[in-house]
Amino acid sequence: MRITVTVDGTTYTDDVEPRTLLVHYLREQVGKVGTVVGCDTSNCGACTVHLDGHSVKSCSVLAVQADGCEVTTIEGLARDGQLHPVQQAFHDNHALQCGFCTPGMIMQSIDLLADNPSPDEQAVREGLEGNLCRCTGYQNIVRAVRDAADHMRPGAGPEAERVAGDAGSRAASSVGGGGE
Amino acid sequence: MTATMEPEVGKGRLRKEDARLIAGRTRWTDNITLPGMVHLAVLRSTAAHAKIVNIDTSAAKEMPGVIAVYTGDDLDPEGAIGMPCAWPITPDMKSPRRPVLAQGKVNFAGEGVAVVVARSAGEAEDALAEIDVDYEDLPVVLGLENALAEDAPLVHEELGTNRNALWKFDSGEAGSGGDVEQAINEAEVVLKRRFRQQRLVPAFMEPRSCVVDPTAPQLTMWSATQIPHILKTMSALTLGIPEHKIRVIAPDVGGGFGGKIAVLPEEIMSLLVAQKLGRPVKWTESRSETMAAAHHGRDQIQDLTIAAKRDGTVTGLKVELMADMGAYLGLVGPGVPILGAFMFNAIYKIPAYHFACTNVFTNTTLTDAYRGAGRPEATFGIERMMDELAAELGMDPMELREKNWIKHDEFPYTTVSTLTYDSGNYEAATEKAMQLFDYEGLRREQAERRERNDPVQLGIGISTFTEMCGLAPSRVLGSLDYGAGGWEHAAIRMLPTGKVEVITGSSAHGQGHETAWSQIVSDQLGVPFEDIEVLHGDTQSSHKGLDTYGSRSLAVGGIAVVKAAEKVIEKAKKIAAHMMECSEDDLEFSGGKFTVKGTDKSTGIGDVAFAAFMAHDLPDGVEPSLDSEAVYDPENFSFPHGTHLCAAEVDTETGRVRLRKYVCVDDVGKVVNPIIVEGQMHGGLAQGIAQALFEEAVFDESGTLTSGTFADYLLPSAADLPSFTTDRTETPSTTNPLGVKGVGEAGTIASTPAVVNAVVDAVRHFGVNDIEMPLSPMRVWKAVHSGEKAAGGPGAEAGGGLGSIDATHGGAQ
Repeated sequence: MRITVTVDGTTYTDDVEPRTLLVHYLREQVGKVGTVVGCDTSNCGACTVHLDGHSVKSCSVLAVQADGCEVTTIEGLARDGQLHPVQQAFHDNHALQCGFCTPGMIMQSIDLLADNPSPDEQAVREGLEGNLCRCTGYQNIVRAVRDAADHMRPGAGPEAERVAGDAGSRAASSVGGGGE
Repeated sequence: MTATMEPEVGKGRLRKEDARLIAGRTRWTDNITLPGMVHLAVLRSTAAHAKIVNIDTSAAKEMPGVIAVYTGDDLDPEGAIGMPCAWPITPDMKSPRRPVLAQGKVNFAGEGVAVVVARSAGEAEDALAEIDVDYEDLPVVLGLENALAEDAPLVHEELGTNRNALWKFDSGEAGSGGDVEQAINEAEVVLKRRFRQQRLVPAFMEPRSCVVDPTAPQLTMWSATQIPHILKTMSALTLGIPEHKIRVIAPDVGGGFGGKIAVLPEEIMSLLVAQKLGRPVKWTESRSETMAAAHHGRDQIQDLTIAAKRDGTVTGLKVELMADMGAYLGLVGPGVPILGAFMFNAIYKIPAYHFACTNVFTNTTLTDAYRGAGRPEATFGIERMMDELAAELGMDPMELREKNWIKHDEFPYTTVSTLTYDSGNYEAATEKAMQLFDYEGLRREQAERRERNDPVQLGIGISTFTEMCGLAPSRVLGSLDYGAGGWEHAAIRMLPTGKVEVITGSSAHGQGHETAWSQIVSDQLGVPFEDIEVLHGDTQSSHKGLDTYGSRSLAVGGIAVVKAAEKVIEKAKKIAAHMMECSEDDLEFSGGKFTVKGTDKSTGIGDVAFAAFMAHDLPDGVEPSLDSEAVYDPENFSFPHGTHLCAAEVDTETGRVRLRKYVCVDDVGKVVNPIIVEGQMHGGLAQGIAQALFEEAVFDESGTLTSGTFADYLLPSAADLPSFTTDRTETPSTTNPLGVKGVGEAGTIASTPAVVNAVVDAVRHFGVNDIEMPLSPMRVWKAVHSGEKAAGGPGAEAGGGLGSIDATHGGAQ
C-alpha cells in the first residue's frame, strides 16, 4: 500500500506491506533509528512517537494508519541545534543512564505536559506509567519532567511541533498550553 | 595551558554521554545496517524437555526471501561446539555440553532448535512457522527439591545426576572461626528459617542483538554485550577462530544488569552463519525471546540456622543453599551463589560459620549473573535472620545489629569468611539514616496503629548491608577456580594539540564512564574535562580489558586510568626537565604544569606533548611519545556499606503494600561524581524493591514460562515506586589511590530485605514471620488472615505481583 507520511518535517511517500508497524516503517524505511523497539506487547513504551502531536506507541500503530499524518520522533525535537526543553531537562536532571527508554520517555513526557502543564509528582508518575525504565528508578525522570514544566510554561503540545512555516522560530510561549 | 584548579573528582558533572542519547543519535546494535546484510530468526523449543525426533525445514526453505535454514546438526555436524562456562567451582563439577542449537533433545522451553536466514527480519520470522519439529516428551524436572529427589528424572541423562556441584566453606576447617555445630549445640537461642529467593528476569531495556560482518580480513562482531573483550576471546576459543581474526564492538548498549554477561548461542550462531554465507548477518531478539532464552537471576532456597546468646550476641551461622542453574551452565552461573559465601556474615562479628551450596539442574532457562549476583541473596538471608532473631529475643532490630557489627575502630577486620574489610563506619551511616528516617517517630506511629487496630498497619524494615565488589584480585579469583583474572587495563594517548584520548577496558552500558573517567583524568593531568575523550567497547581501539560487572569499573578500571596517567606524567617529566634545562628532581607537577621548584618557571603538559610530537629536541634515549598504558590488579575487593530503612504501610483488608518512606545512607567511599552515584542508587533500589514486591519468573508444571512478556512479568513503572531519600557518608577505601568503592549493585543488594522486613514487621502481630517474595497483595492478605507463618506458594503465577489469580499448583517449586 502507498502511504504519504511527514516525519520530522520531511514528507515521504512509500509502499508498505499492510502489516508493517509504524515503528518498523520509521526504523527500516525512513531511517529513524532513534526510535527503538523494547518489547512486543506494547508495555515498554520505548517506541513512543507523536502522531499529529499526540503520543502513540509506534509498535501499536500500523504504518498505513499514519497515512496523511505528521509524525514527530525524538530526532525531530531539536530546532536549529536547540534542544527541546524536555530533552534539556533530562540531561540537566540525570534522567537517563543507558538511554534506551529515553526517546520514548521524552516523547511521552512532552505529551503529558501538553495535557497538564504543571503536574505534581503523582501526576507525572501516572502519566509515565506506560513507559518502562530499568536504570533510573524513575526518580530523576520525574524530577526532569517537573523541571521541564517549569521551563516551558505554557506547555508543549501539537502546535509546538508543527514544523511548516515557523521553522527556527519555535517559541513555546507563542503556543497555548493544552494539547487537546 | 588551562589549569583546572578546582578538582573535578567530587563534582556533579552532567554526563557527556547524554547529548547523543537524548537526541536519538544512537548506535544500538540493531541500528546497524550493512550492505548485503541478511537476518536471522531462531525457532525456539515449545517443550521444556523432549527428544527431537525429526526437524523438517523443507517448507521453510521454500518461503519467499529465505536464503537458508540450519539446524544444530547443520551448523555443528560433529557436535563439537559447546557454549563456554568459565567458572568450574569444584574439580568434580558436572558440566553438560550446551550446543549452539539443540541437538537430539531440548532441555528448556526457549532453547534454539533451528535458525532461518532471510533477506528481511520479517521474512525470516514468517518462515519459522513453516518448520516442523517432532518432539517426544520427556519428564520435566522442575523445582530444586524435586530435582534432588532420589527417583527424580534427569535433565542430562549422561551426567547421572541433577546435582551440578556442592561447594562448601567451614570456618572451623578454614581456621577462620569456630565449629558451627558446636556453636548451635551450645547456643541459648537457635533459630531456623527457610527463605526462597524467587527467580528474576534481568530485563535490560534493549533486547539482545548481534551483527557479524565477515567481509573484512578481521571478522567484526557488534553485540549488545557487557563483555566485548571476554566475548572476543571466548568466541575464538569456542569456534577455533584465531583470536586476531576477530574484532568485537559493544556499541551503545541498552542496560545489562548482569544479563548481558554471556557468550550467547546466537552470537556463535551468527559467526557460523556469516562465515558460511560470506555475508553480514544480524540477529535481534524479540522481548518474548529475551524473557525465555536470556539468562535469569537468583532462584535459591536458603536454609539458615542462627545461634545466639539471650543478650543478642550471635554465636554462629549455618547456611545451606540450593541454587537452580536451569538446564545448562551459563558463563559464570555456577559461581554466582558462591559469591554469597563471603557475604552471609555481612557486617557482623560471627565467630562460627558454615556455608554449603548445592547447584542443581532443572528444565528451565539457565540462571547467571543478575545485579548483585549472589550478594543480594546473602544479604537478604542474613538481614531477614537478624530481624527474626530480634523478634525472638524481643530486642529492637537495630540494637541487635549494633551489638554484633564491626565497630569503626576495628578496621581493618578479617571476617569469619576470610575477607579483610579495609574500612567502614556502620555507626555513622546508621546514625544519619535514623535521623533522616525519624525512626523513633515512626515506631511510635506503629504502636499507635497497632493499639487502635488500624486496618492499615505500619512496619519498619532495616537492612544494614555490606558487599564485596570491585571484582577482583586475580589471586582470589584463582583460588575460587574462576577462569580469568580480575585486572583492568587503561591507556592514555596525549595528542599533539594537547587533547587527550583515554582508553578503558571497562565497557559501559549506562554507567557514565565517559564522564567519570574524564573527571579522573582531568585531575590527574590537569587537562580540561572537555578536552578528554574516553574510548571503550571496541577491541580494536581498546584492545585489552575484562569489561564491566561486579561494580568493578571505577574501583578497578578507574584505578588503571590513574596508573596510566601517572606514567604519562613520569614520561613528560623527563622532557619537561630537558625543555627547562633543569633536573627532573627540581620539578613538581600540579594543575597540568611542571614548575621548577621555588621559581615561577613552568611548562604545561600540553606543551610537553607537542614537544614529544615534534621530537626535534628530546633528551637522549627518550621516545617521542607520552602515551602510556597500565594494567591494574586490585589488592583487595572494596566493601561499600550502608543503612537502609523502609517504612511500609500494609492494608490488612486488601494485602496491598505501600512504601511510605525509604531512606538509605550509603558509604561508597570517595565519590567521583555524586550525580551519577545518586542515579546508580535510585536504579539499584528500584530493582531490589521490585524483587521484594513485584517480580517473579514463573514456570507452569510443563516448564513453560508463564511470565514471558512485560504484560506478565511485573517490571515496576514510575507509578509503582516511591521517591527515595538517599544520602551518603564517606569512608575512603584504603586499598586504592582514589579511595573509591563500587556503587553499581549496592541499592539492589540492600533494599530487598529492608522492604520484606518492613512488611513482616507490619503484620507480625498476626502471627506472621515470613511472606514469600514477591509480596503480592494476595500473599500478604493470606498471611494476615490465615496467620500463616510463612505464606507463599499461591500467588506464584504470571503477574503474581498483582495478586491477580489463584494458581495453587503453579510455580517452580
